[in-house]
Amino acid sequence: MATQVEQAAKAAGLSNEEVLRYSRHLIMPEVGMDGQLKLKKAKVLLIGSGGLGAPLGLYLAAAGVGRMGIVDFDTVDFTNLQRQVTFGTSDVGRKKLEAARERLSNLNPEIRIDTYETRLTSENALDIIREYDIVADGTDNFPTRYLVNDACVLTGKPNVYGSIFRFEGQASIFGYPGGPCYRCLYPEPPPPGLVPSCAEGGVLGVLPGIVGCIQAMETLKLILGNGQPLVGRLLLFDALRMRFRELKLHKNSDCPMCGEHRTINKLIDYAEFCGIRGEEKETPVSSEIPEITPKELKARLDRGDDLFILDVREPHEYQICNLHGHLIPLGDLPKRVSELDSSREIVAHCRSGKRSADAVQFLSKAGFRKVWNLKGGILAWSDEVDPSVPKY
Amino acid sequence: MAVKVIIPTPLRHYAGKQESVDLDAKTVGEALGSLTAQFGELKRHLYSEEGKLRSFVNVYVNDEDIRYLQKEKTALQQGDTISIVPSIAGGLN
Repeated sequence: MATQVEQAAKAAGLSNEEVLRYSRHLIMPEVGMDGQLKLKKAKVLLIGSGGLGAPLGLYLAAAGVGRMGIVDFDTVDFTNLQRQVTFGTSDVGRKKLEAARERLSNLNPEIRIDTYETRLTSENALDIIREYDIVADGTDNFPTRYLVNDACVLTGKPNVYGSIFRFEGQASIFGYPGGPCYRCLYPEPPPPGLVPSCAEGGVLGVLPGIVGCIQAMETLKLILGNGQPLVGRLLLFDALRMRFRELKLHKNSDCPMCGEHRTINKLIDYAEFCGIRGEEKETPVSSEIPEITPKELKARLDRGDDLFILDVREPHEYQICNLHGHLIPLGDLPKRVSELDSSREIVAHCRSGKRSADAVQFLSKAGFRKVWNLKGGILAWSDEVDPSVPKY
Repeated sequence: MAVKVIIPTPLRHYAGKQESVDLDAKTVGEALGSLTAQFGELKRHLYSEEGKLRSFVNVYVNDEDIRYLQKEKTALQQGDTISIVPSIAGGLN
């Protein structure tokens, strides 16, 4: 029977199982027992359990971070599996948090995992973040990035940042005392639609794997107090050339968030800040874009109607599947509009209906009166008319 | 001064798919002007309608942010590298 002293020692230390589990840490003088105990006492919040969140969660759990929180409201989708390696095929359809908790608990049952099945908002962010020491941002949209940044600066928690696009990644630490915050680097977000998303831009799955691992490494360094963390440094990773570059990040003394004269003292409406809500108000025409559903299109084609199908996707998408349309990628439409006959009825389509909506809007402004957007794109065509057309 | 401008992935489509462009320029402003003269579509991604550098795009000479140098008046040395670094967020917009 363990005495009180022995129990206390164990409570302050590691169990025999933990010693064995973390032996490769303990034998390093840079970590040792002290370091492992720091990890055990650490509380890290992961915002997002996706491409970046996967390696973050896995490696922090493996390392023995005593308490992890994960914020995600999403469900595992088949298209996630190419990069979100926390999940398996059998997890498709499950809540990400449930699947992540199971995976991470299996990896390391010693740690405490708290899940927050919610979107992080201005209403809940401060309360959630306050309970943790460090935040690792693995989100996929600008409004949340600014929200996380602001909430971290307001609560004084370092924000381990990573982001990706196609074959490039960025990593840094924002909100570290004395260091810059995200707004010092990017005071304003890009207007919506100017920077493509993973769904539109694509990404090689291992890229968020690498960047997420870098974020995990930086998180561990912050906890252990080892090495030189990426404070005031923007790490740029070019996967194609396999090069790392580094740029200096300065703390902006005029930063409205972390500068000498803070003007932002509470969390704001980030959708509005990023122009998303504004865009909805300013372009009601998006709801007035003439549409045709896949079933309607099929009916008209079967009837023998003379319709011109305009495909505004990219050539490599046309190779995956197509409706035998005339291919003019959206970006080329302005200079190739002369290929279109405005006296004909034109149905524009893309993958999901967004790009083709832009095409219809453009053509309408250019004087075309008989243009329709295929609602839901070729994805909807596959769902509703011809399931033999592959979805991607 | 012969300098190299590194084009970030999201903007390569507008720069003839090139990863980098070699230019001759005395200042950052001149280099970017030369770049956007060569690649017209790049202009709206780098500059607002008022002709100001967009705030979600940062420009570096070697590893220094031009906002902390002389901005577009920053003088260039032979062999300098100008990096254009836009904000990226992967995922969704």
